[in-house]
Amino acid sequence: MNFVQDTLVSFRREIGPTLRSWYYILFGIIQPLLYLGLFVPLLTSVPMGGEGHPLQWFVPGMIVMLVLFTTVSCGWALTEELMSGSFERFLATPMSRPAMLIGRALKELAPLLAQALIVIGLAAPFGLVLHPVTMLFGLLLLLVFGVGVAALSYALAIASKHDGGLFYMVSHSVALPLMLLGGVLLPMDMAPGWLYTASRFNPLTYLVEAERALFLGELYSATVLNGVIVAFLVAGVGLLVGAMTIRRATL
Amino acid sequence: MIQATDLTRSFKTKAGLVEAVRGLSLQVEEGELVAFLGPNGAGKSTSVRMLTTLLPITSGSATVGGFDVARDPVGVRRTIGYVGQGTGSGPYHRVRDELVTQGRAYRMGDAEARRRADELLGVLELEGLADRNCATLSGGQKRRLDIALGLMHTPKILFLDEPSTGLDPHSRANLWEHVIKLRRQTGMTIFLTTHYLDEADTMAERVMIMDHGKMIADDVPEKLKADLAGDQVSLGLVSESDAITAAESAMNLPTVRDVTQTDRRLTFTIQNGETLMPEFIRQLHQKGLEVATANVVRPTLDDVFLSLTGRSLRESSLAVQKTEQVAHIERYTSEVSS
Repeated sequence: MNFVQDTLVSFRREIGPTLRSWYYILFGIIQPLLYLGLFVPLLTSVPMGGEGHPLQWFVPGMIVMLVLFTTVSCGWALTEELMSGSFERFLATPMSRPAMLIGRALKELAPLLAQALIVIGLAAPFGLVLHPVTMLFGLLLLLVFGVGVAALSYALAIASKHDGGLFYMVSHSVALPLMLLGGVLLPMDMAPGWLYTASRFNPLTYLVEAERALFLGELYSATVLNGVIVAFLVAGVGLLVGAMTIRRATL
Repeated sequence: MIQATDLTRSFKTKAGLVEAVRGLSLQVEEGELVAFLGPNGAGKSTSVRMLTTLLPITSGSATVGGFDVARDPVGVRRTIGYVGQGTGSGPYHRVRDELVTQGRAYRMGDAEARRRADELLGVLELEGLADRNCATLSGGQKRRLDIALGLMHTPKILFLDEPSTGLDPHSRANLWEHVIKLRRQTGMTIFLTTHYLDEADTMAERVMIMDHGKMIADDVPEKLKADLAGDQVSLGLVSESDAITAAESAMNLPTVRDVTQTDRRLTFTIQNGETLMPEFIRQLHQKGLEVATANVVRPTLDDVFLSLTGRSLRESSLAVQKTEQVAHIERYTSEVSS
């Protein structure tokens, strides 16, 4: 009970300033429109892997990419609070550490969820076939995955102490190859053999494949199960590492 | 309320193992106002961070409010209020929101947290600022908000880590007025760290002096000054021969130290100089010695620190700060404020 309440307290604190800034909300709505408007027209002329309309293939990949990049860099927001002392203030309270991390991560993920819904809604008239149940399940799965990545990002921010440059370098040099090897933007089936093999060792690949399956309305399949396993594994490891880093931190 | 036995903390740095706190033992009773005094890098903050469960201890043990810091950190956190060196409030959050969030973090109900937030806004004179973003507050206002945050759950023990560092004299005085008033009203135990001598001297009922990770003195300021420093007495006689005779008499005074005579001037250090002086001057008069000028200087805690370590607290603050910043051992006020 306390755990849920702590998560909500943390979430509510973090989301407050976001909800009060109209330009943030405006930009948040425009951003997915840019992806759809400037990138999707290209898709129709490129042969994509998989079945169905290219949007059916592209939209889930794009959402995974948004989640990955947002959560990978969200430790950045913590850096400021680590330096000022306001994160320490919460560490001195009885709040659960993992709950604090989840609340913060959900603050980053909530706007992404809204963006994803906007994208799906807008893409529908242009050929995206809606499978509401499996698509929502896919988004929930991304929340789980995102919490894990965010927790790892917070751990990295704490470990790199007040060195923002180090944080940026490490987080991006991890996220970029993960994304490219995950077949987020282009199908890995088109890759040469060695690249394809490498991609099979990337956990993100399985999540992306599961999302694409879910966006096609598939639910009971090994592909989806693999994605579920990856999402929960990342969340579990992330929260464990995050809580441990906080306990050992000298700040 | 607070008890520590042989507490140590070491940090691994590139330069090797640094022992920030080396065998600290202390005892604080309920309702006491105790100050940790020492130069930057003496281990004050590290000690407080261990007592408040923010930093794991390397060895030793401590209980705060009856809870063991290592075995029951959540019990400790529920009991204490902690005001760290930095700014506790987030710049983009509103003043009242931060207070309510803090109350919720201590598992207070929503209505209760709101009521308490409004109460503390009044107590710390922040009423007009409730809906402002914390970034827009002045340094003194931010610090008062930090204290309000630390008091949300009406803790039994309040830890204040360098509460007045970086504030102008007026804001410092104002902050202290509030702390003293709160203490009178609630009777809570207050444990603070400071490197301001005058602050420890006037505010604390008991001063623990730390240097190089060890506690080197622990007593009421008056007693520390009497025992370890003593009053500086300076007398001006009318001739050099008179001064020499007077110096011989001074040697026989109880607790006298450092008797020096140069020219017509006689100086020495003594306990209770103010009460002894009239009698001593009368004695000299009876021997036919004329005292032209007399001066007694009360010691400061800096004199106490000087007599304990051979260094002045002001100088060592700067020296230690420089070396330890390089080692990145602790977070320092200078880093936070820069």
